[in-house]
Amino acid sequence: MTQSSFNGSALPRNPAGPLSRRSLLRGAAIGAGAVTLPSLLTACGSGPGGDGKTVTLGSNASDAVPKKAYAQAFSAYEKQSKKTVEVNTVNHEAFQENINRYLQGSPDDVFMWFAGYRMQFFAKKGLLTDISDLWKGFDGFSDALKKQSTGEDGKQYFVPYYYYPWAVFYRKSVFEKGGYEIPRTFDEYRALAKKMDQDGLDAIAFGDKDGWPAMGTFDYLDMRANGYDFHISLMSGEESWTSPRVKNVFDLWRGLMPYHQQGANGRTWQEAAQSLQAKKSGMAVFGLPHPGQQFGATDREDLDFFPFPEIDPAHGQDAVEAPIDGFLMSKKAKNPEAAEDLLKYLATPEAELRYLRSDPNNIAVNESADTSSYNALQKKAVELVSGAKQISQFMDRDTRPDFASTVMIRAIQEFINNPNDVDGLVRDIERQRKDIFAAE
Amino acid sequence: MPLPTMRPAPRARAGRRGPRRFTRRDLAVLGVLLGLPVLLDLAIVWGPTLASIGLSFTSWDGLGEIRWVGGKNYATLFTDYPQFWPAVRNNLLWLGFLGLVATPFGLFLAVLLDRGVRFSRFYQSTLYMPVVLSLAIVGFIAQLVFSRDQGALNAVLANQDHPVDWLGDPDLNIWMVLIAAAWRHTGYVMILYLAGLKSVDASLKEAAAIDGASERQTFFRVVFPTLRPVNVIVGVITVIEALRAFDIVYAINHGRNGLELLSVLVTDNIIGEASRIGFGSAIAVVLLTVSLGFIATYLVQELRGEKQT
Repeated sequence: MTQSSFNGSALPRNPAGPLSRRSLLRGAAIGAGAVTLPSLLTACGSGPGGDGKTVTLGSNASDAVPKKAYAQAFSAYEKQSKKTVEVNTVNHEAFQENINRYLQGSPDDVFMWFAGYRMQFFAKKGLLTDISDLWKGFDGFSDALKKQSTGEDGKQYFVPYYYYPWAVFYRKSVFEKGGYEIPRTFDEYRALAKKMDQDGLDAIAFGDKDGWPAMGTFDYLDMRANGYDFHISLMSGEESWTSPRVKNVFDLWRGLMPYHQQGANGRTWQEAAQSLQAKKSGMAVFGLPHPGQQFGATDREDLDFFPFPEIDPAHGQDAVEAPIDGFLMSKKAKNPEAAEDLLKYLATPEAELRYLRSDPNNIAVNESADTSSYNALQKKAVELVSGAKQISQFMDRDTRPDFASTVMIRAIQEFINNPNDVDGLVRDIERQRKDIFAAE
Repeated sequence: MPLPTMRPAPRARAGRRGPRRFTRRDLAVLGVLLGLPVLLDLAIVWGPTLASIGLSFTSWDGLGEIRWVGGKNYATLFTDYPQFWPAVRNNLLWLGFLGLVATPFGLFLAVLLDRGVRFSRFYQSTLYMPVVLSLAIVGFIAQLVFSRDQGALNAVLANQDHPVDWLGDPDLNIWMVLIAAAWRHTGYVMILYLAGLKSVDASLKEAAAIDGASERQTFFRVVFPTLRPVNVIVGVITVIEALRAFDIVYAINHGRNGLELLSVLVTDNIIGEASRIGFGSAIAVVLLTVSLGFIATYLVQELRGEKQT
């Protein structure tokens, strides 16, 4: 509503010229689509095309560190191949929000995206180029990675680049001082949290103002209690949210709530990480890059993590939540050969390491990537992921974006405000699930 | 001032008076000058409006085909969308708070300043200052002040053990945001009324004083009624501000957790990756209906007023 935007193409070019009914209707139709900024994005996509030497690349890496790291990877490719990579960087959130219109307009040849459901959705809509042939030549990708790069039709679309596992982070010095042990089971975890609470700490740092950070905790609770397969079919809308298994997840979480930092809905994840850094809280569920950014260089040595504890022995600590970022090739690529060549390079361990040298908060996906330059946390993260039986992405990557953003963000915040009405909460979610997944 | 007006009507009448008197060239010029705004109006205002209404009866994800679903979006909206009623309530709260608290307070300040308190220039510029800030920036400032762990207010109150969660508590945060929004709105209203008050003929007040009216009576019976044009503008601005409220809550927490607004719900559903375009359009239509109610009332008032003068 307040997003009034101006789409130049909706206006007649020549004001005095005749304006047919059809062009008026077309103008109205475009005007209807003009609620966002499609022209802005499509403008970014119109690079020089078809000369075989230039490949355009849509980037959502708008933050300084990843932007620089990507630039170095691309320039290494340019030197090696004598081709040009033209990078169009768009603000991270804006890129995500406009992705539908971006892909329907004139997208770049190659663009950055995420593995999992969100990628499969575009593949199903026919907006991506099938790169199964390229994949046959790829080396060093595990089966779990291949599965995450595959569309529902069994073809590969995605070139994975790096990932970052989620785990429970803590400061070694805090654990030493309090004499705390790494918990392996959920009961130990709860007992530890209680002990920290008695010692005057906020046991679990917690911030969910942005709506997504708490999803990581839900995902882990669900995967540990019900297993990966149940979690994925729950995310795909195939399970009922009112089932006792889902209620159990919320009940487990409710049992931990007293040990979470209060007022999470008013706290950003950065503030939560800062309280971990300031030794005001003992632990926090985060992705690998998150707490590190809030720690000074000297404190970073002190940061460590352990895998989310086991709930049901049948599922152990099998699943790891490790969102994968990587590259896709759009269906409308103007320069498919050059794009494939770039993708081939990006799938090599050298390309991944080139990136990680400037952004050591992630780990390379390629198994043959040399890990000797990794810091201790990265090495531990490699271990965690390679020991995983299944890899999940993240709630907002494993389910429909409309379900994650319009239903689950609100539901989890509601739960944080009032953890006691689990029945009412799951009924609300279930009604909306039926509605949203029925829209297919 | 972005006031909706009824310009085309008198022009149309002028055209009807005698087209024969115009040369061909006049007609062409008139046609372009009149036609262009009409076409722009159709293409930019009415086209999207009607398209939204049409889309609100469909299901569309922005990529595939558009499917007709009848009134299902509305049924879902009213029964199965937990954010909807809080959003309606918040929009009404916004209207009530700006209309009944911020606007009268702005008038009060204007009257005080108009009476010439000492340092009135200083107060005037201080109070007007927030108006030059966009509401998104006011939202950021509000976060600096009201943040639970690192905010200025809790630092001043110094209750470290049980700090009040001004922006995270869903029963409290709407009021904090309203205060922040009113901070800006008050200055705006004040400057409008101040201009109006300056232009009130001093002899009116004198005459009232001579007739033995008290100050209060002078203000309510004489001065205030002569401010009618300003009142109308202020009323319109207040309604517009209340209905289009968006940026401040979006800056604070994306309009969630107690800060829902209709405009935010529209954005969340249509613009984000969610792409529930049909459903989002249905919310937009609800907002449109509410707005139309106010616009119609305003136009009826204005037209009636024009007839009387």
